[in-house]
Amino acid sequence: MDFDFSDEQLLLKTSVDRLIADAYGDFEQRKTYQAEPAGWSAALWARYAGLGLLGMPFAEADGGFGGGPVETMIVMEAIGRGLVVEPYLATVVLGGGIVRLGGDAAQRARILPQIAAGDLRMAFAHVERQARYDLFDVATTARREGSGFVLHGGKGVVLHGDSADLLVVSARTAGARRDGQGISLFLVDAAAPGVLRRGYPTQDGLRAAEIVFDGVRVAASAMIGAADAALPLIEQVTDSAIAALAAEAVGAMTVLQDITVEYLRTRQQFGVAIGSFQALQHRAADMLVELEQARSMAMYAAMMAEAPDAAQRRAALAAAKVQMNDSSRALGQASIQLHGGIAMTRDYKAGHYFKRLTMIESLFGDSDHHLRQLAAVN
Amino acid sequence: MDLRFTAEELAFRDSVRAFFETAIPADIRRLVSEGRHLTKQDIVTAHRILNARGWAVPHWPAEWGGQDWSVVQRYIFQEEMQRAAVPPPLPFNTQMVGPVIARFGSAAQKRRFLPPTANIDIWWCQGFSEPGAGSDLASLKTRAERDGDHYVVNGQKTWTTLAQYADWIFCLVRTDRTAKKQQGISFLLIDMTSPGITVRPIITIDDAHEVNEVFFDNVRVPAEHLVGVENKGWDYAKFLLGNERTGIARVGLSKERVARAKQLARETPSGQGTLWDDAAFRMRVARLEVQLKALEITQLRVVAGSTQGSDKPDPNSSILKIRGSELQQATAELLKDIAGPYALPLPDAADDLSNAPAVAPDWAPYAAPAYFNNRKVSIYGGSNEIQRNIIAKAFLGL
Repeated sequence: MDFDFSDEQLLLKTSVDRLIADAYGDFEQRKTYQAEPAGWSAALWARYAGLGLLGMPFAEADGGFGGGPVETMIVMEAIGRGLVVEPYLATVVLGGGIVRLGGDAAQRARILPQIAAGDLRMAFAHVERQARYDLFDVATTARREGSGFVLHGGKGVVLHGDSADLLVVSARTAGARRDGQGISLFLVDAAAPGVLRRGYPTQDGLRAAEIVFDGVRVAASAMIGAADAALPLIEQVTDSAIAALAAEAVGAMTVLQDITVEYLRTRQQFGVAIGSFQALQHRAADMLVELEQARSMAMYAAMMAEAPDAAQRRAALAAAKVQMNDSSRALGQASIQLHGGIAMTRDYKAGHYFKRLTMIESLFGDSDHHLRQLAAVN
Repeated sequence: MDLRFTAEELAFRDSVRAFFETAIPADIRRLVSEGRHLTKQDIVTAHRILNARGWAVPHWPAEWGGQDWSVVQRYIFQEEMQRAAVPPPLPFNTQMVGPVIARFGSAAQKRRFLPPTANIDIWWCQGFSEPGAGSDLASLKTRAERDGDHYVVNGQKTWTTLAQYADWIFCLVRTDRTAKKQQGISFLLIDMTSPGITVRPIITIDDAHEVNEVFFDNVRVPAEHLVGVENKGWDYAKFLLGNERTGIARVGLSKERVARAKQLARETPSGQGTLWDDAAFRMRVARLEVQLKALEITQLRVVAGSTQGSDKPDPNSSILKIRGSELQQATAELLKDIAGPYALPLPDAADDLSNAPAVAPDWAPYAAPAYFNNRKVSIYGGSNEIQRNIIAKAFLGL
């Protein structure tokens, strides 16, 4: 039993924390990044590459640093603390994750070093409107034509899909809409003819896109993994993303906890600091309970994110997401309430953390969804 | 004991319902239903339609436009208004300053202010909270010093809702700095065009301009705009806040949201069918409906037990405030959860009319902002913590 980081991990944590504190320590900086054309900072992206963060989970043979879920947790927690807007999850965890876990040698050699160098952004175009949170619900089709495929269909809420250079697209090569079998994954150049993208800002200050694939042609070599059998890989990378978001949520919750307690210490009403009122003390204590439960589950998620037994892994990540969602909601709402009106304003940090936590809840399954999964295997 | 409405009350309900559904423009009601922000014109339009029917200020004294309604009729009226997603007549006018002037104002003030207040020819805003005086409202510092037949006002108000539209502001100001906290406060009416007033927007986390800061720099206010007696303003404020709290349960609004949630759940694909096929979801809705029914009957008990014209708010109103705000928040949360991943897009993305792929469904981008915005309802009007203090002290004697 060891919850401590190794020396290398501590070194990583120190340098990531320092970088994020420098780049995001002043909340005004975030606004300047959001104002850039892509909605995030190209200069910071290069700094992440320089620090090795963009190749962190890739094997050394693929131009990476051979990190695992614990390294990703360290990076994502810092991202959560800074409320970072760059497409780390979309590029490194989701897009890069699929290539890392499912790509052949040629695909890995072509793509992963470019990501690590900061030269390639990816996005995972998987969610469809009717699917809600069911990973196997795919209506987009890929029809064989000649030696390649032609894609038809629409994908929604593609995280950072508007600024991605390369998309991973799930499409049906066999079976009916809700069949587990028959789904394949394809690499699609975002600039290919027939790719229609509408990018938009999301509630949490990040970006996403609706993407239509209208007769998009791809070569047979664009397929990732085996035909018709992509669902296990989709589930694996989704679990990696849930573990990453769990760490991000813990980072965000840590900041909310800190600024709330600081506010309770300094805000004066009735001639005293409001933190002297027991009713508010108890609510702040409840926030800490939520935070630490969430932190435990983020660690559990990191430990289980790449566990060999898929059923165990899926159950573990479902449990982590439920705790994360419930803690995020309880802690976020308590933070706003304990602040009062000030936290309702756009100029104050707390509301932005609350909004990010709320949106993390809505990604990769809400609590109802994951509880259903857990109940089904109970 | 009989909890049913009489035949006359049911007939009244039907006539009110029919009026709301036909006379108030559907596009305005849809904005309310989706929890979106209305323009000044939307609010004025709906308010004046009601006033033309004699229904903007039914609870005022009859000589100033009130209706001789029973408390049950008033209750029905309010519930039906929320059920039909009709924007309520501007509460600063009808629930706050109007009743205060009608009860405590001079004859001249009543003549001058009440008719245009009822018809929203004057738009009022509320100058109570200050940066240092939130839950501890009585610690307010904005001061009014007598100078001949004027007061000179200096200080700052905050969280001033829709001050950007306001013609007048009713303020709590300190007129006696030597008196104990609550005792040196007066209730002053101030023309927003007076020299020395500055309004600065506060943008909220749902990116809306709903509240403001209002600054007073040597603003000269004719002494005739003092309401009632100098240094008695706290009593009038308590009277006013009592009115605010009875209306704050908003059972009808929460019920309307639950009805909408059911409708949207039936339209939202999930699993083999829709979200409405999910037993867990339906149980969550059922639980909210149970809680709303309990709140509704609690509210009816308060209504039935209240005596007209009392300036002492029923302490039960704290219970209504706490549970009512919690259920408003729970219903906003429910709607946000129905949106699923489509809670993410910002509303602007949905309004874009380019021919790129549609961001859908069209109601969903407003669900999260409404959820964010509704966090305020357990903060304003006396935070729920303050309400619990009131219950503990006034009810439980602790």
